[in-house]
Amino acid sequence: MTTTRNKALKRHARRQTTLQALPWLAPALILIGGVVIFPVGFMIYTSFRDLSRFGKDRGWTGFDNYVRVFGLDPLPTVLTNTVVWTFGVVLVTVVISLALAQFLNKNFPGRKTLRMIIIVPWAASVVMTSTVFVYGLDPFYGIINKFLVDLGLMDEPYGFLKNATSGFLSAMAVAVFVSVPFTTFVVLAGLQTVPHDVLEAAQIDGAGKVQTYWQVVFPMLRPALAVAAIINIINVFNSLPILKTMTGSIPGYDADTTTTLMFKLIQSDRQIDTASALSVVNFVVILVVIGIYLKVVKPMREVNA
Amino acid sequence: MTRSTQAEGFATAPQGNVTQTSHKYVTKQNLPSPNATKRLKSGEAGRWGLTIVGVIVALVFLVPYLIMLSGAFKSRQEILRVPPDYLPSDWRFSNFVNMWSTPETPLPQNLYSTVIISLGGTALALVVALPAAYYTARHSFRLKLPFMLLVLITQMLQPTVLASGLFREFVTLDINDTRFAMILVNAAFNLSFAIWIMHSFFATVPKEIEEAAWIDGCNRGQSMVRIMLPLVWPGIVTAIIFTFIACWNEFAASLILLPTDTNQPLTVALTKFIGQYESAWQYVFAVSIIGILPVVALFAMIEKHLVSGLTAGGVK
Repeated sequence: MTTTRNKALKRHARRQTTLQALPWLAPALILIGGVVIFPVGFMIYTSFRDLSRFGKDRGWTGFDNYVRVFGLDPLPTVLTNTVVWTFGVVLVTVVISLALAQFLNKNFPGRKTLRMIIIVPWAASVVMTSTVFVYGLDPFYGIINKFLVDLGLMDEPYGFLKNATSGFLSAMAVAVFVSVPFTTFVVLAGLQTVPHDVLEAAQIDGAGKVQTYWQVVFPMLRPALAVAAIINIINVFNSLPILKTMTGSIPGYDADTTTTLMFKLIQSDRQIDTASALSVVNFVVILVVIGIYLKVVKPMREVNA
Repeated sequence: MTRSTQAEGFATAPQGNVTQTSHKYVTKQNLPSPNATKRLKSGEAGRWGLTIVGVIVALVFLVPYLIMLSGAFKSRQEILRVPPDYLPSDWRFSNFVNMWSTPETPLPQNLYSTVIISLGGTALALVVALPAAYYTARHSFRLKLPFMLLVLITQMLQPTVLASGLFREFVTLDINDTRFAMILVNAAFNLSFAIWIMHSFFATVPKEIEEAAWIDGCNRGQSMVRIMLPLVWPGIVTAIIFTFIACWNEFAASLILLPTDTNQPLTVALTKFIGQYESAWQYVFAVSIIGILPVVALFAMIEKHLVSGLTAGGVK
């Protein structure tokens, strides 16, 4: 009885034309169209134009801006940095989050409080968090430096952010720090979908804890990990504040990713046209990642068409 | 697809191969265990052991914010002392008073900017997302899948990658360097989260409840306000709070699109205290405390809904 009614309703629903949906969707479509799609178009357009430093449009220039981007001296370094930055941060984040989620999934006094504490770096502004590290890692007045010396891990304070290599690695550590909470919560949500009796069955069958984890739990976490990894890849790839605050004052491009390079092209060099060409390249990279996301995670099957 | 599968997400999927093994568990579990009490005791101790590990983990996650707190109460001389002290010699509140009038940045305007952009961005995102979330959860139409796909792709994009296009657009429209432009940017890039999370809440409300209201003489608007809103309220609150926090913390787009210091939000203003040669760290940290406390409190309220919204239902 209900099923026939549901079917009838569905048929009725399907008949409803897109025209009827329009008033409900129009505000969202206008906002997305105006602030997301149009700028994408304008960016692609600009990437083929010749712009003066003051924004005066001097006409078509073909692929000149792209040629300039791919001819930039620091580009090989920047591309290598981008790959190391994105995959390094995401890989370490996922490994730490797997362990942390496993820990948070255990039942112990204070677990709820710990969960609340772990969201702090997630909720807090990333710029604000990274500036603490800029201060803490200073070789003279930095508290983290002092702490590492007091612990006996270092003989004397080190200027972590004074050279590109250690600055870049420090920034990666901070990026991991701010990415772990979200990732941990996604993994934790995945862990809660693992049925309890499966774990106990594995235990009774004589599987050790390690074996149970890798052969029973881990395979079930794969969907959650795919989501977490891809969302992190996009966030980390796009990240500006951490590198801007931590290595932004180091001269040259040895600690830059394509995102911070794009920012420097806009801000310091006022080369909007070249920056647009680089942004288009970044945009294509992100579209590819989104494509992988749609293919692997299939989030759209949640939507009942 | 039915509503129940929507609510459960993929949680149901991996359970198929489970039933077979679970029989064994039932029979063994019924046997009394001789070591039961002993195990219980050692388990209790083990749990407190875990708590100790938990305290260490908590400290690791809190360290930057403890440094921030300590620094916000130090004097200028003290925070630049070599070697540094962990805690201020006397906890002075003066940084929280003096930071509002410094040559580096007009902080009262910056706070005003942050508040206006956050409130405006949240309000706009909500007004735009609410009808879309409701309609897509309730009706089937041909362009629904493309629409939701578009929303999903927006969620994956960030203003940073579109910065040059946004900059050119706003210059052309003559709204560059205005708070209004930032309200638009924040609303647009947080719209998708708001639509997804509210869509999933609307989808869990049985259609029959609403139909009953229509039969009783409510029109569509009335049934939405009187019947739906109370039921999906947690989803709406989550959307509001999350959007507000995202607007409040936004940095990259403001940095590029707001050159005038009086328009800049707190996140950008903060960096003005860090100079090439001299930095007013005590103000950086006092501003950070003001900037972080409210959002952490708000964030804690919506924690349990966040994962499902951010992963667009990919993970429950």
